[in-house]
Amino acid sequence: MIWRIDVFSKKNKENIELKSQIEDLGFKDFSLSTKKIYFIDSELSSAQIDKVAREVLIDPITESYSLQQGIFNKQPLSKEMMVIYHPGVFDSVAASLEKAVYDLSLTVNDIRTGTLYEFSGLDQGQIQYLGPKIIYNPVIERVADYNKLKDLKNLSQLEASSYSFNLKVIDVLGADAKKLDQISKEGCLALNTLEMEKIKEYFRKLKRNPTDCELETLAVLWSEHCGHKTFSGLIDYEERSGESTKKEKINNLLKSTIMKATKEINSPQCVSVFEDNSGIVKFDQDENICFKVETHNHPSSLEPYGGASTGIGGVIRDVLGTGSGFRPFASIDAFCFSNWHISDKDLPEGLLHPRRIIKGVVSGVRDYGNRMGIPTVAGSVLFDHRFLGNPLVYCGTLGIGSCDKSFKKVNKGDLIVVCGAKTGKDGIHGATFSSQELDQEAMGLRSAVQIGNPIEEKKVSDALLQAQEKDLFTAITDCGAGGLSSAVTELAKGYGAKVYLDRVPLKYKGLSYTDIWISESQERMVFFTQSNKIKELEDIFSREEVEMAVIGEVADSNNLVLFYQDNRVADLDMDFIFSSLQISKKATWVNKTEEKEQLQEKKNYNDDLIAILSSVNIAPKDWILHQYDHEVQGGSVLKAIDSSSLGINDAAVLRPKLSSKKAVVVGCGINPFYSDLDPYYMAALAIDEALRNVISMGGSLENTFILDNFSWGSPDDPQILGGLVRAAKACYDYSLYFGTPFISGKDSFYNEYNSGTEKITIPGTLLISAVSILEDWRLAVGSSFKKDDNLIYLVGLTKPELGQSEYLRMQGVEKGLVPKVEPNAKDVFINLSKAINKSIVASCHDLSEGGISAAIAEMCVGSGLGASLFLGEVPVSESIDDYQVLFAESPSRFLVEVEKDKKEEFQQQFKGVPCGLVGCTAEEKKLTIYNKKSSKIADISLQLIKERLLKPFAEFRWKPKK
Amino acid sequence: MATPKVLIFRTAGTNCDKETEFAFSRAGAQVELGHINLIKKNKDFSSYQIICIPGGFSYGDDLGAGKIFSLEIILWLKDKLKKFVEGGGLILGICNGFQVLVKAGILPDLDFSQTVSLVENDSRRFEDRWVRLKINSGNESLANKIWLKGLPGLIHLPVAHAEGKFFCDLEILDKIKKNNQVALSYSNNSGKDVGYPDNPNGSLDNIAGIVDETGRVFGLMPHPERFIFIHQHPDWQGRELAAHGLSFFQNSLDYFK
Repeated sequence: MIWRIDVFSKKNKENIELKSQIEDLGFKDFSLSTKKIYFIDSELSSAQIDKVAREVLIDPITESYSLQQGIFNKQPLSKEMMVIYHPGVFDSVAASLEKAVYDLSLTVNDIRTGTLYEFSGLDQGQIQYLGPKIIYNPVIERVADYNKLKDLKNLSQLEASSYSFNLKVIDVLGADAKKLDQISKEGCLALNTLEMEKIKEYFRKLKRNPTDCELETLAVLWSEHCGHKTFSGLIDYEERSGESTKKEKINNLLKSTIMKATKEINSPQCVSVFEDNSGIVKFDQDENICFKVETHNHPSSLEPYGGASTGIGGVIRDVLGTGSGFRPFASIDAFCFSNWHISDKDLPEGLLHPRRIIKGVVSGVRDYGNRMGIPTVAGSVLFDHRFLGNPLVYCGTLGIGSCDKSFKKVNKGDLIVVCGAKTGKDGIHGATFSSQELDQEAMGLRSAVQIGNPIEEKKVSDALLQAQEKDLFTAITDCGAGGLSSAVTELAKGYGAKVYLDRVPLKYKGLSYTDIWISESQERMVFFTQSNKIKELEDIFSREEVEMAVIGEVADSNNLVLFYQDNRVADLDMDFIFSSLQISKKATWVNKTEEKEQLQEKKNYNDDLIAILSSVNIAPKDWILHQYDHEVQGGSVLKAIDSSSLGINDAAVLRPKLSSKKAVVVGCGINPFYSDLDPYYMAALAIDEALRNVISMGGSLENTFILDNFSWGSPDDPQILGGLVRAAKACYDYSLYFGTPFISGKDSFYNEYNSGTEKITIPGTLLISAVSILEDWRLAVGSSFKKDDNLIYLVGLTKPELGQSEYLRMQGVEKGLVPKVEPNAKDVFINLSKAINKSIVASCHDLSEGGISAAIAEMCVGSGLGASLFLGEVPVSESIDDYQVLFAESPSRFLVEVEKDKKEEFQQQFKGVPCGLVGCTAEEKKLTIYNKKSSKIADISLQLIKERLLKPFAEFRWKPKK
Repeated sequence: MATPKVLIFRTAGTNCDKETEFAFSRAGAQVELGHINLIKKNKDFSSYQIICIPGGFSYGDDLGAGKIFSLEIILWLKDKLKKFVEGGGLILGICNGFQVLVKAGILPDLDFSQTVSLVENDSRRFEDRWVRLKINSGNESLANKIWLKGLPGLIHLPVAHAEGKFFCDLEILDKIKKNNQVALSYSNNSGKDVGYPDNPNGSLDNIAGIVDETGRVFGLMPHPERFIFIHQHPDWQGRELAAHGLSFFQNSLDYFK
């Protein structure tokens, strides 16, 4: 029997956030209230159900409930709408309730939850319109249908029917090229004709056809997502510059640029790079740290909350699955969104409104990261209209682990264990899905999107870290894209494996052997262990209430053999699995000629300065950071944004272990706008920015390590791929130049949206993340001024480089020279690190979007101190105009605050390096700027600066009603 | 007396256990972490002086913050905990731990019947920010006798929660105030007109933490374990600061000297 319990607030509290979103669409004079609905399928008596409601479901001080039998006991009113999950979508509240009911020693068959929305002042048509637009997401939810559900007797009827074994064999031997393509397309395999031919050839030798499971395995392992076809492929590259053309054949772009730089730098601090689930470097004598950044762009465009939460959940598992287990201690994130000031009718069909994407993504990261107890400490957010169809969501996590557990050990006979969540139909074809461009059809592929369960992952993490401390497993990896298929196969590479798919714990009936093998259900890990450790493992896992199951063993046959109920459903040669075809692509790059802009000089720049500070790319994202628990684990040394003063730091500093003085600085660099001029300089500048951010807070080049994350359009377009080659070349050049090796990276392609009439491609975007290790947390330096009457220096060279700068884009000027990293830039970094190490720097801020103007304004606001700035003292390459000095975005520059008695020492340190004494701090709360001729060209109160910085995101900060 | 022993409860979703353990150790205690699934099996509390329920999202806070954990504590540990406090033991609940103590009815009265609550923040969102806290330091203050001894009248600590709005009937509020059970209140520099964000969640009477009628059970939303080093403070550079969070733990140990 199904019981329904409605829980509601005694005081009829309004859902203000939802209400304001509806008001944004122009609806007025209505009210709405929500009720949480629980469906309990059970033989319990009404008294027992009443006890559950009273003792478990409500807060007796503020909430009340009602109880009824059946999902509906009457036709719902036209002003009501009840939203429930689609079958198979994970419902964490239901799972928790089941646990609580079990604690009460009561038994239930199944539990589901829903939400009831009750409107007044809106008609049925309006409610139906609002439903999928704002109230629920049709990708994971739907409106409960009275006619279908009114007679439902038990909840299991909502699920798919059970599965009975039936081995599926696909006829590829008899298929011609056209038919092969059809097989690939119909099976969502994303394999091209050549790859299908290669598979056909393999099975011709075996004299049999493949099973569906075998084809799926190859599709996963050869997918762009797992196999990185573009980066490891052959590229016919052509670079044109006026009349001349340079041709180059590139064999494996990754190995010939990014990994090559790392190899040549050959840092003794790199422990494991481009090998494992994350890059590992030395931290101290006993422990190493690891760092990984992932993208989750495609899922986030369909279901922002679920996409972002599974994004961070996935990268946390990458850290747990590094070596033989690392402990996550911090996360970062970077987002690229479309500006949200777009009306609903201008939105292409099938896309979610950017406001909904922004809020969904932020809450997705928030809810997952906070529940995991891993502080999300820093990040970046940028806006451009081309991210409308394809927002970018980067999530990164750092971990710490012991030196002797930094590698995986695999032996024949090891037992293969899957642990964590049970397996369901979630996310089937996720790996191949992200290897295709999004079109309206793909938007309907709901099974490729899922929502995460952070508490499950927290339990998995707790259990694994205890098992790891006791050496209870020797190799571990996460179930990410491709699920078990890629996790088991990659971990058993070089050995082979036997897996019994019917031993995998399932969420519900109805999964075929192939579903089990390729399901991307979240919160699962795979590890290898030995039989004498199973008992101890089971003790830990049962105490922590985490499922674990031995599903197979490592072989030495070099074959992957899968069984389901004693039937062999796959038998593939490991070498063949890892012999994905190297694909060939064409790439072209046509060099653009740069043209310097020339704007009219102004007598007063107050208005321009104020406008720059109100730019969405510059204004602080405090409203995001404050929703993240950025201080859990207690390691915080300098926060990316200080809550009370709005002090903005370049990065975050924290201590991964409280027993050590050592700290890490984590920051990132991203600016896709320069891609429009040349992705080469875009990449160089992203590296420079990431390094600026960690160096300005106390890092040093020799202790800094970087990661690359490319988000690009379709690599099948030669122009787009040409841009990627340019960017990768810059990664090689500047990683090597600065001596900062890449330790890990990831790519995401096909970031395009096709609405049928319009194709939107994102600008090539590279996120560079950097981590630097500090000997002592006391050496960390923040970006806000410290004291009045201190000196302000600008180090690094300023040039008239304003191409794609915030200043010119604001005015719609397309001309302008792209900023370039100077041949001597390194000297600035090195001397700054030395100065910080000698404690002669009071505060330091890098110059990025908005140039000097934005940087000095931020340093003032954070401290409540004013400053005077003299543009005539800024070290410049040539004679340049006032606006250029103020707003140029030349890289490798910093503003440094120095106490007067340390003047000599500081100047000595920067001898021979561009360095100018450009101003001083002041008690008076205003920023005054003088030009070369010493006339005052800007004079703004800190109050106004703060107001302007807070303005663009006002609607995202909560304010109490007066 | 020998070094006091602390037992920290943990369960699925507890996530401030390690730093709380570190804070107690740094203060000089002998600390043990115990999963509720082990504790419920005949764990003897008599060798411990302090029990602490740390922050986190027990069971995801899926049915309300701390709800399921509080249910388990009532089901399995009711009598033991009562005996523990009556025998002179201290209980500290931080953030999610405070929510658990309130929902289990251990605070404010140790009668295992809920009379106050910590509900969703007025902002309806999770917020991590530093707040100013007024210490109820009068001679009659129960918390001041143990936990808050020697602290200045106004201290800084971070809060990090989505459900921390202290709420109850006015009658209960009167009683708590009259009994001097209010330990900490959100404040600002002037102490007047404390509104958002100084009161980060809309708590009734700006209440941030309360004690029971003995003063030995203490629950608070702010995180003292996140201010045991000066660098945890957002504005530590170039300033003389004392890490006031550590005093909470030291005071609890000093109580047994």
